[in-house]
Amino acid sequence: MRLEASGLVCVRGGREVFSGLGFALSGGEALLVTGRNGSGKSSLLRMIAGLVRLSGGRLGLSGGDAERSIPEQVHYLGHQDALKPTLTVTENLGFWTRYLGGSQPPEQALATVGLAGLGGLPAAYLSAGQRRRLSMARLLAVQRPIWLLDEPTSALDSDAQQILAGAMKQHLQGGGLILAATHGPIGLDGARELRLGAAQ
Amino acid sequence: MNALSALFIRDLRLAVRVGGGGGIGVLFFLIVVVLMPFAIGPDLALLARIGPALLWLGALLATLLTLERLFSIDQEDGSLDLLLMADTPLELAVAAKAAAHWLTTGLPLVIATPLFGLFMNLNGHASAAVALTLLAGTPALTFIGVIGAALSVALRRGGLLLAVLVLPLTVPVLIFGVSASNAAIVGPLPFGTPFTILCALSLFSLVIGTFAAAAALRHGLE
Amino acid sequence: MPLIDLANPTRFLALAERALPWLIGATAIAFAVGLQQTHGAPDDYQQGATVKIMFIHVPSAWLGMFGWGLMSVAALGTLVWRHPLADVAAKAAAPIGAAFTFLCLVTGSLWGRPMWGTYWVWDARLTSELVLLLIYLGVIALWRTVEDPSRASRAVAVLTLVGAINLPIIKFSVDWWNTLHQPASVFRVGGSTIDRSILIPLFAMAIAFTLLFVTLHIAAMRNEILRRRIRTLMLMQAQAAPGSAS
Repeated sequence: MRLEASGLVCVRGGREVFSGLGFALSGGEALLVTGRNGSGKSSLLRMIAGLVRLSGGRLGLSGGDAERSIPEQVHYLGHQDALKPTLTVTENLGFWTRYLGGSQPPEQALATVGLAGLGGLPAAYLSAGQRRRLSMARLLAVQRPIWLLDEPTSALDSDAQQILAGAMKQHLQGGGLILAATHGPIGLDGARELRLGAAQ
Repeated sequence: MNALSALFIRDLRLAVRVGGGGGIGVLFFLIVVVLMPFAIGPDLALLARIGPALLWLGALLATLLTLERLFSIDQEDGSLDLLLMADTPLELAVAAKAAAHWLTTGLPLVIATPLFGLFMNLNGHASAAVALTLLAGTPALTFIGVIGAALSVALRRGGLLLAVLVLPLTVPVLIFGVSASNAAIVGPLPFGTPFTILCALSLFSLVIGTFAAAAALRHGLE
Repeated sequence: MPLIDLANPTRFLALAERALPWLIGATAIAFAVGLQQTHGAPDDYQQGATVKIMFIHVPSAWLGMFGWGLMSVAALGTLVWRHPLADVAAKAAAPIGAAFTFLCLVTGSLWGRPMWGTYWVWDARLTSELVLLLIYLGVIALWRTVEDPSRASRAVAVLTLVGAINLPIIKFSVDWWNTLHQPASVFRVGGSTIDRSILIPLFAMAIAFTLLFVTLHIAAMRNEILRRRIRTLMLMQAQAAPGSAS
């Protein structure tokens, strides 16, 4: 599997955020997208997820499922958690597993992120850190090959960051791809860096 | 199908758990229906004549006002992003959400109508006629209103602007709904003609509404 | 046991557990007496036996208003004295008061049909009673909207006190406006105008209904306290799990 981009242009609010951006990522590889705030890290991830229109350039995926578009093979972990407070933890996770597709039962993913036993509680009772863990559980339960992570370690305590690092390593070993927008290290050694805001 | 039924059931659950299901919609409908005679006065004969129209207006307002936040809530917590990235086409997701909304708001309105018809001095036959037209017409109101709900996400605006945009689109439904009710109560026009047009409007808006709403959601992204 | 102990939820629960069987028994006896009295009451020369709907209709109306009065006192307890059980009492009373108001409207409507020829008229007494039902339902909706009951309690308390203005309007509406509904005949200056053979069964049923209200209310308060305990336990369970510090 190979994700390639060339000449990407991003325009937000009438202002050109970046242009001429390109990268290539193969299965088992991770790319850290760095840069100061406003340099377009989130926009790049959302572009690949299909949530923001490409103002220019090309994005192509080879070796993946030819029947599906790129957004359908991508899992996006943004700043928000996509949680409904009145549904229970299991109902929240179970819904996304059924809607986005995934074979792992919710209990297994919950156990991995340390939320086992909280399945029956309304999601409103979780703390901010626990909600991020639930988003991580969603990432694990919905098994898609490309992970787009937008500042994944924010609001995570050190235990949770270790769980995330372990999950990411396992995903890469399985041939998955990871693009992560981040300000600092997130526990992936040997990942390449794409610095936005610098001359391309 | 499994995915769509998951979305449908999720929206049903959310509607039931927050504020007790269709309760708030019916309560609003009741208040609107009660407000009219306060303004018009207790002339029972007059109320009976315009009763179907008042019930239709109440149902229209209750449906549109409760629809406004249908997609905004999903956009605010990030669910909309994920819905857009699923295998299931967005049009079907819109239809599933709208159907869940109708089941928890529109259908309770229809069931409450015979009771509220009492307040308008409508007899049993008249109330049943209005309820039947509402059963055929509230899906149209729901699927037209869904366009407004999608626009409020795309435009990041809510409130009166959306009402101003969407209410004119509901005028044909209102006309044929009230016309069918009156035809059943008073005659001389046959009931069947406006009623079948009302059903046709519902089916038509089912298609147009879902496609327009999905298009609005996609193009409103940034 | 001093009255202040009632302010403690645990003590209240213990007291409620002990009192409820007695209250249920007293209610049953009161209803038996009341129904026997109404059976013995004379029929109206015009309406026949349908006049006996009054023995349900009138106490329901009284208790609907009593419920709002109780909620108003509880609202003061929440806002002014910060009594710990005040909002529990208010939340528990709302559905019961709403049910009695609804019962009043339905029995009145059924009674009015043979008498006035219609199920509903927009006269002052009926309309203000309907408004009472609407504000009851509004308060119940407000309780359900905010997940945390202690946060909802202040907003509900203010709404309850504002809505209390409706009670004197209901009471005096039949005197102030010329209406279809019967003017006040029981509680009026100068004494009641109803014959004792009707008045005694009426009061007997009123006492029975009041006991029913009190029994239901105490049971509902107990349920609400237990519900809040479950919520607290769930919150503690979430806090004890990993990741809760952030």
